[in-house]
Amino acid sequence: MTKIKSLDELRQKKQQLEQSLEIREKSNHPDSLVQIKVAMATCGIASGARTVMNALVEKIRNEKIPAVVTQTGCMGYCYAEPTVEVKKPGHDPVVFSYVDVKKAEEIIDKYIKNNELLDGILPANYQTI
Amino acid sequence: MNDLALHLLDIVQNSLSAGASLITITVDEDLIKNKLSMAVKDNGRGMTKEQVKKLSDPFFTSRTTRRVGLGVPLLRQTAEQSGGGLEVTSEPGKGTLLSVHFQYDHIDRPPLGDIPNAVVLMVSANPLVDFEYKYSYNGKSYEIDTFQLKEVLGDTPLSDLHVMGMIEEMIKTNQTDLKVCQIQ
Repeated sequence: MTKIKSLDELRQKKQQLEQSLEIREKSNHPDSLVQIKVAMATCGIASGARTVMNALVEKIRNEKIPAVVTQTGCMGYCYAEPTVEVKKPGHDPVVFSYVDVKKAEEIIDKYIKNNELLDGILPANYQTI
Repeated sequence: MNDLALHLLDIVQNSLSAGASLITITVDEDLIKNKLSMAVKDNGRGMTKEQVKKLSDPFFTSRTTRRVGLGVPLLRQTAEQSGGGLEVTSEPGKGTLLSVHFQYDHIDRPPLGDIPNAVVLMVSANPLVDFEYKYSYNGKSYEIDTFQLKEVLGDTPLSDLHVMGMIEEMIKTNQTDLKVCQIQ
């Protein structure tokens, strides 16, 4: 694969990409996508949230999973970092704790694809006003 | 925190919490002057003089869930231990500039880490915020910003993961070229 160096090359590559795009339609309906939020405050970053985020992005990209990955600040679970919140459309958000690369892949394989819950889920013990 | 890219992710999170819509990141490796510096400038809500003074206090934070904020104190400590320092200028309503520098060859300076990856993660995770990124090596620099990227990409969103992979590769190739091509 030739290396992309300039904005023009990026433009050309993007046109190639557009041909295989269902992604464009999906971006118009963000509510139909799974929303994944990785906690990226000091506690998260120091315990390796960046590696987890990279692993999630890689897997989603390779397996073309309809999901969006974003960052949040501290969710308050600093003792259990890295944490990842997954919101599937129609379900309540679920927060996973102590996520490493292996667990991140399991989250995608088991929870997102098959709706199977995993160990290490943090219970929501507050109500937002 | 093992490398400086992680600190950068952290400081940019602060800018995002302050409601910034434009964040400018500069990274400058200057082996001739023996100085490594990074700066994050944002147009968020800014801080008063009293808040700026308290920034390095680990028990000062704008969060309401906890009373500890470690990001800036840790970075200041790392900088000062590596023969450098950290400065913050801020004005309420105008934004904040945080600049940190290290002595490049100091034995305690953490490695720079994967900055293009950090920048790309931040851009893709925050599609509503604009970023400008400038990387300099011995005085020669490479700049990219989300305005240019959005223009090239058109309808495709910046948060598209394939696109982000390509942009990361583009930044890395350009940065490596800066280091390799010492002849103009």
